[in-house]
Amino acid sequence: MARRAGTLTALALAFVTLAPVAVVMVQAGGRGLTAPDWAALRFTLLQAALSALASVGCAVPLARALARRRFAGRGALITALGAPFLLPVIVAVLGLLAVFGRAGVVNATLRGLGLPEVSIFGLGGVVLAHVFLNMPLATRMLLQGWQAIPAERLRLAESLGFTPREVWRHLERPMLRAVLPGALLAVFAICLTSFAVVLILGGGPAATTVELAIWQAIRFEFDLPRAATLAVMQVLACGGAVGLAGLVARAPGFGAGLDRLHPLPAPPGWRRGLDAAVLALATLFLAAPLLAVLQRGLPGLLSLPASIWPAAAASALVACLAAPLAVGGALALALGRAQGVRWLEPVAMLPMAGSQLVLGTGLFLIAFPLVTPARLSLPVTVLVTAVMSLPFAYRILAPAAQALVADYGRLAAALDLRGGAALRLLVLPRLRRPLGFALGLCAALAAGDLGVVALFATETGVTLPLAISRLMGAYRMDQAAGAALVLVALAFGLFWIGDRWGRGGTEA
Amino acid sequence: MAGLRLDHLAIVQDDFALRADWSAEPGGRVAVIGPSGAGKSTLLHTIAGFMPPSEGAVLWQGARIDALPPGQRPLSILFQDQNLFPHLTVAQNLGLGLDPTLRRVDWRAVEAVLERVGLSGLGTRRPAQLSGGQQSRAALARALLRQRPLLLLDEPFAALGPALKAEMLDLVDALAGDALVLMVTHDPADARRFARDTVLVAEGVAAPPVPTAALFADPPPALAAYLGGAAF
Repeated sequence: MARRAGTLTALALAFVTLAPVAVVMVQAGGRGLTAPDWAALRFTLLQAALSALASVGCAVPLARALARRRFAGRGALITALGAPFLLPVIVAVLGLLAVFGRAGVVNATLRGLGLPEVSIFGLGGVVLAHVFLNMPLATRMLLQGWQAIPAERLRLAESLGFTPREVWRHLERPMLRAVLPGALLAVFAICLTSFAVVLILGGGPAATTVELAIWQAIRFEFDLPRAATLAVMQVLACGGAVGLAGLVARAPGFGAGLDRLHPLPAPPGWRRGLDAAVLALATLFLAAPLLAVLQRGLPGLLSLPASIWPAAAASALVACLAAPLAVGGALALALGRAQGVRWLEPVAMLPMAGSQLVLGTGLFLIAFPLVTPARLSLPVTVLVTAVMSLPFAYRILAPAAQALVADYGRLAAALDLRGGAALRLLVLPRLRRPLGFALGLCAALAAGDLGVVALFATETGVTLPLAISRLMGAYRMDQAAGAALVLVALAFGLFWIGDRWGRGGTEA
Repeated sequence: MAGLRLDHLAIVQDDFALRADWSAEPGGRVAVIGPSGAGKSTLLHTIAGFMPPSEGAVLWQGARIDALPPGQRPLSILFQDQNLFPHLTVAQNLGLGLDPTLRRVDWRAVEAVLERVGLSGLGTRRPAQLSGGQQSRAALARALLRQRPLLLLDEPFAALGPALKAEMLDLVDALAGDALVLMVTHDPADARRFARDTVLVAEGVAAPPVPTAALFADPPPALAAYLGGAAF
């Protein structure tokens, strides 16, 4: 059906991801690492490690409480834990600033109590934001671990009269030992390449990541060799983390249900109170920043600068171009893989080992001698966001493509159903649901993304996240919050449209 | 110029091996019988093109067909299940037999074939809205539309009850006409009802077809072992 399309896509993807790295490597040659370079690498690894530990550390009690308690709104809470993945990072940062910033609720309370204030800038703030963004992801990963404890074991534990301590020792701890390394590495790898968070909450010699240093080298110092050296460093760090993650990765648990036939034991007494407190705190921590953005942004909506609307249109355009590009590529790779071309899978995961700014730097170096980079701002943003979201689309489509080929591949071959006809009559109708979900997801990610565009855009080609970050840089926080609401509506609206289209297919 | 010729065919996979070297004439009705795991389906799937032969050749009317993709071979195959796309209507499923793009389908021909298999007026339904027997008829109707001279049946009626299965076999016999039909079965009664000749697949060999009645009257040791006490 799609072996050739898959192979061609893989070659294109490998070229788009590897060519910029190759260009960067050539440019980086002959220049040693300076002290600031090392500092950036140290800070990158430190913040990513702390973020991973804190995110997963907070996720353990939360996932356990969700796994063993049944309460009204539990399903909604689990669904809501998926939302931060779609939430534009800049909006999350804006919300955290509103809660934990100088004028935020937390510091106001501390001042009222005569206690010292906390600063959201620097290492602490970066880690806080990463916990906000990644704890939900870690919680869902761990929750799947809890739900994967076989019912037979739970029945056995019950029949042996296990206390909560023994359930922990014999069931939960071994499960966590298997699941935690994967969760830690996943968050670690994500935080290595985090850009928007560090752009706003980090900075300065003490809190600059490699990703941010690349941006500074290009935007402020125009030191292309330094950017190239940093990019090589970033590739090595990411490649190492993704390689490690691949080694400890477990089979992805798609479609884990919310409920099971044999529920986990729900111990009464103080443990019940503890679980309730954990759930309440987590809900507060995740909801407060969003409510703060809402509260600040609603009045701000009325005073939005006119420049927001072209930026919103640019973001919508980027999303509408990048999502089909990413999903189409992922579909070709997934169908090719399902038909037995094994090497397509590692190629589909290749972008995970890169970063936006590395790809951006490479493309910048390629484009710079030929055209003004600002003119390429939108095309490059489309290309890079599509490439970066392709692995997610691939993971969504791969199981469905596998099932499609297993169930109907032979029948299609027997009837000589192939090419465009197979796409129209078989693939699109049968994969409509995961395709819609993947399209929505990629569109939301592309719309909310603040990465490579910061490298290229000047006055033109500004996307909405970049416009918001500039409003924040000018301390126009109410306008930024208003624009953030527009961005949230755009990202979730695009996701809704895609997902809705996917669900509209006829069920058979 | 035989219809189907398996010329020193060998299928080898890991510790599985099957050899066949025989011919069958157009218009024939051949049962393929043998213990499970012996390679009955493997033989059919190799002829159909889902598995490359390790050695030898598959010929139709003297021309090699083993390099052709499955859909371009002069044959139709009915699988054990998944013979219909559940998201397409019955008529669309049949139309794929005339044109895989569904763009140039003579829908009157589709309706006429539906009538011949006893499914008049059910063309707008989806497969899930049909009974098991009706689904088998729809799949058979599509094979008729394709008008290929070789029909391979990989136990497509296995899930039907005995009476319905007998009815389907009679229908295949009546409709297949001059086509050569190869039918995998594990039920000696099917072979005796439907097939003048039978191929025994056992111990790594698909034996040449022999008259069914004679085979069962004096079964070779491998067949006797398979039939066990249920011999007749």
